[in-house]
Amino acid sequence: MAHLDFEKPLVELERRIRDLEEASDGLGGFEPQIRELKGRAQALQRDLYEGLSVWQKVLLSRHPDRPYFLDYLGNVFEDFVELHGDRAFGDDPAVVAGFARFDGRSVAVIGHQKGRSTKEKVRRNFGMAHPEGYRKAMRVMELAERFGRPVFTFVDTPGAYPGLEAEERGQSEAIGRSLLVMSELRVPIVATVIGEGGSGGALALGVADRVLMLQYSTYSVITPEGCASILWRDGARGPEAAEQLKLLAMHARANGIVDEVVEEPVGGAHRDIPAASALLAEALRRNLAMADALDPDARLDARYAKFRAMGRHAG
Amino acid sequence: MGSDVSVSATVAWFTKTKVSTEASEKRTLGKGVFRRCDACGETFKAEEFRLEVCPGCGRHYALRAEEWISYLLDEGSWSEEDAQLTALDPLGFVDAKPYAKRLAETRAKTGVNDAILTGGGTLDGRGVRLGVFVFRFMGGSMGSVVGERIARLFERGAELGQPVVLLSSSGGARMQEGALSLMQMAKTVAALGRLRRAGQPFISVLLDPTTGGVAASYALLGDVNVAEPGALIGFAGPRVIEQTIRQTLPEGFQRAEYLLDHGMVDLIAPRPELRATLAQLLGHFGG
Repeated sequence: MAHLDFEKPLVELERRIRDLEEASDGLGGFEPQIRELKGRAQALQRDLYEGLSVWQKVLLSRHPDRPYFLDYLGNVFEDFVELHGDRAFGDDPAVVAGFARFDGRSVAVIGHQKGRSTKEKVRRNFGMAHPEGYRKAMRVMELAERFGRPVFTFVDTPGAYPGLEAEERGQSEAIGRSLLVMSELRVPIVATVIGEGGSGGALALGVADRVLMLQYSTYSVITPEGCASILWRDGARGPEAAEQLKLLAMHARANGIVDEVVEEPVGGAHRDIPAASALLAEALRRNLAMADALDPDARLDARYAKFRAMGRHAG
Repeated sequence: MGSDVSVSATVAWFTKTKVSTEASEKRTLGKGVFRRCDACGETFKAEEFRLEVCPGCGRHYALRAEEWISYLLDEGSWSEEDAQLTALDPLGFVDAKPYAKRLAETRAKTGVNDAILTGGGTLDGRGVRLGVFVFRFMGGSMGSVVGERIARLFERGAELGQPVVLLSSSGGARMQEGALSLMQMAKTVAALGRLRRAGQPFISVLLDPTTGGVAASYALLGDVNVAEPGALIGFAGPRVIEQTIRQTLPEGFQRAEYLLDHGMVDLIAPRPELRATLAQLLGHFGG
């Protein structure tokens, strides 16, 4: 288990509890102490997570143990078959796409995927997609359209990859095209930001009838570090920039950017992945039903009206 | 966890806003009738820089939005729309100065309300909806007002049955409006969808520079993408890419000619020919 600095007191307390439990295994005798420590851990957990700063929440959204798309896929969906490749250039492991069953119903599932181990991180390019990742996503969306399957997308990326080959193969066009495809798809779309919602690369999978954000996820036009390096020429001042960017789920909800914030277990999804998955499944079920309730024309109109209304201006 | 790479993923949208807008300004030598080209180093009579193009080497300097309109549209046909829209400061964003103050100062300095002019007119006798970015207004960055005006431009094209010509020059989304700026990408593209369904063409003209959230939304989705010679066009800025891949980029990378080579733009039109090119294209796509 990896942990963040501010999680350390809690993680240490939990370790002591585990040690005591192991020591008392079959022998008994430590129950009062264990009960007492568990009470303290609960109180500490409550205090700790109620008082988190914006930056600490940003760190939670990038927590090394935070569940990724494939974790939720395994817990919430069944019968997954992955479809590879954009039919034009290659297959991008930073985006996973395919079909699965949700409550027995065949659906398309598409998401950014980060890696857990170092090797896997590199293979998945830290969840930063190339154009072929978005083109694969579009191909699967269009397949879903043709066969009348709803689409679930899962957003978790620092941003689309800013590299030479990505530019060469049309990163801008791929992202823009994905926005167009998603705004015109006639089947229901439910998008969920599960971790980092990093700029255009995130939005490219984020145009939907219902847009959800997990409680400790972020949605931002730029990373706090990137913002700080522009404002103060110092990327280390990310924590200050994070305060300015209003990138938390609650801000996105208040600004009308997302439809619902999905609660996470106390301390974040990584502290109880089955519980986080259950909360997500319930939210997906409810929101899919909402999108399903409209006929395709009404659904497209409602989707259009929602994004059309985003932004604030006078006059 | 965020690597160096992830950190820089979106920087380019905004670093480009720092690009100097001074390049096109006349360098006055002697009594101010001569002008030296920074690209070729030659000096010419100032009036020879027609449409801000160097008569010697053909280098295209930035042309002000107002001059674009008077160049492209038939005389007296321009009618601006939605000029009354002004930005708010929904996040209470403060960098070197509060965003609200920056907006007020920039409006006063530039004489425009935000980073785009939109409206309608005729081009070679054909009715068109036209938009031109104002790069001198916060690097042409796209916030709520720019997004709204572009969305209305596409919607009016659909309603009135007119083509849309949009000249982009922008560093990308406007950081000071946070994720609300990001959402302008989805909003403008959705509105473009309306124009497409109405059967009207979208001619996207890519000026120097077109990057970040503007490039990665509607700008490369033109039915025809026309680029200016030498224009920088890309998702991420060159500096960010160099930091990411830690190598020097090839000469001409992300320039209009490079995009033409890689199949991302349909054609490159030198500025003096652009009006005729647009008229020709509208002739093929128009009714």
